[in-house]
Amino acid sequence: MIAFVVQRLLQSVLVMLAVAFISFALFRYIGDPVLIMLGQDFTREQYEMLVRDLGLDQPFYVQFAKFVVSAVQGEFGISYRLARPVAQLIAERLPATLELSMMAALLALTIGVPMGVYTGLRRDSWLSRFFLTISLVGVSLPTFLIGILLILVFAVQLGVLPSFGRGDVVKFGSWSTGFLTTSGLKALVLPAVTLCLFQLTLIMRLVRSEMLEVLRTDYIKFARARGLQNRAVNFGHALKNTLVPVITITGLQIGGIIAFAIVTETVFQWPGMGLLFIQSVNNADVPVMAAYLLLVGFFFVVINLVVDLLYYVVDPRLRIDRGAASGH
Amino acid sequence: MLDSDVFHSFRRNPVVVVSAVVTAVFVLAALLAPWITPYHPYDLASLDLNDAFTPPAWTEDGSRRFLLGTDDQGRDVLSTIVFGARVSLLVGFCAVLFAMTVGITLGLVSGYVGGAVESVIMRVADVQLTFPGILIALLIDGLARTALPRDLHSEIALYVVIFAIGIANWPQFARTVRGSTLVEKSKEYVQAARVIGLHPGLIMLRHVLPNVMGPVLVIATLSLGFAILAEATLSFLGVGVPPTRPSLGTLIRVGNDFLFSGEWWMTIFPGAALIVLVLAVNLLGDWLRDALNPKLR
Repeated sequence: MIAFVVQRLLQSVLVMLAVAFISFALFRYIGDPVLIMLGQDFTREQYEMLVRDLGLDQPFYVQFAKFVVSAVQGEFGISYRLARPVAQLIAERLPATLELSMMAALLALTIGVPMGVYTGLRRDSWLSRFFLTISLVGVSLPTFLIGILLILVFAVQLGVLPSFGRGDVVKFGSWSTGFLTTSGLKALVLPAVTLCLFQLTLIMRLVRSEMLEVLRTDYIKFARARGLQNRAVNFGHALKNTLVPVITITGLQIGGIIAFAIVTETVFQWPGMGLLFIQSVNNADVPVMAAYLLLVGFFFVVINLVVDLLYYVVDPRLRIDRGAASGH
Repeated sequence: MLDSDVFHSFRRNPVVVVSAVVTAVFVLAALLAPWITPYHPYDLASLDLNDAFTPPAWTEDGSRRFLLGTDDQGRDVLSTIVFGARVSLLVGFCAVLFAMTVGITLGLVSGYVGGAVESVIMRVADVQLTFPGILIALLIDGLARTALPRDLHSEIALYVVIFAIGIANWPQFARTVRGSTLVEKSKEYVQAARVIGLHPGLIMLRHVLPNVMGPVLVIATLSLGFAILAEATLSFLGVGVPPTRPSLGTLIRVGNDFLFSGEWWMTIFPGAALIVLVLAVNLLGDWLRDALNPKLR
């Protein structure tokens, strides 16, 4: 157990260092930050002084170490495009992305799990077939097209929901929330539905196949033979045992939500980190790109670490498999 | 590959036959685009701004000349879709081919050679698989956009997209090939080849590779759907293929700007073409996976 945890921790640190390295290389070697800071008119002396002040004349590994130290402290430099500290920009947009992602994850779970249970229990009903067909189409539909179609129907044709932005937000210190105003909640509907659809179909299919698997096991047959009610067997015994993979996959899918939030935020002009990232890519705003890369890398590493450890802790059967799997 | 079992299950399944036909129609249309489209959409001489924003032919203001209407520049939407599918399919195929080449090479080497080489390659694949493919493609494309000088980048943008999507996709190939290679390696024909002193590279290429191609084809088909979607997404975000060679994703992005003013056909038709194409490819891939997997048969 301890060996496993240590190994995973080491691997996470390595991945994080690799991401930091790419991020640093981007920051340092693409474009000349000194030229960008000095602007049009400057003398040779001014240039060299700034190079010395910024520590750019020091050896490569010293610069990298400094970069890592300041990144850990939340210092990512100044955005070229907006001329403001990157940390501040990201802090402003983080709540928007987090609220959208949380809402999408919640929707995907609360709708996906019951649909999966239903299609698993009533395999041959027409509603199950309908759900499954829809889910196949859902997997082939690109996120941005879902967003566009929803905008076309609900914003352009029916005019009932806003098509862009967050609506009115309420500020709590540095956190801004759209949950407390009607316009904020209305603005959240379309982006959240768009973002959750793919995860929803995934969770539904996963729960369904796990249910089918579990319903075949001996302990379910035994529970039925004991004369337990269907409800108790289906939900108390079967569903409970499907939840371990569902929890892990959902954890891993948070990463997918972050990735597709970039697309959703672009379609709906949602003022989050994803939109900020795409704008920086289009304007070669290197500091913001580097910071976003680091932040997303960090999210992923932490999520994966937690999920891996959860896997190990929650299901004792997996410990043996895992040990064998990492043996080769 | 095409043994009678597989062919039989193909003919028995109408959905799969339709998917195959749809895919074939798209590929043919893409290949023959300059000869079969009613107009050449990127020939400036044939464009007339007076034709701009013509709705589809069956609507009130539609024109017989443009079946699916025209865009803001007066281009025939049907022609731009066929030319767009050409770019989408080109990028999709090349990206999968690239991912396949990298994945097969690394998979063969790690399966056959083993040891430290294997651990390093497989660790990298594991780590990369934890990141969504679309994010990796987006990052590579974004990096290239920032790192390369502007002129150079717009010249090679198409290759950058292919590279980005290909790199996002190699680990699945490498993992599968490695798995099958491990199985094949212990078989007698490989040992015999080794005993007669053949070069390891030659054994991998001529003896092991043909025997691990089955699963590779399944993954290639499934990856094609992903690659087409990834390209469309990148182009929609404005970082994919250059605007001079619009793909289906680019068309949707351009059309999206006119959604609110009521010119829906500029978005909906390229979008529908994209959905139908990806759905057909995915259904084919699903079927191929089931047909070639004896466990499920």
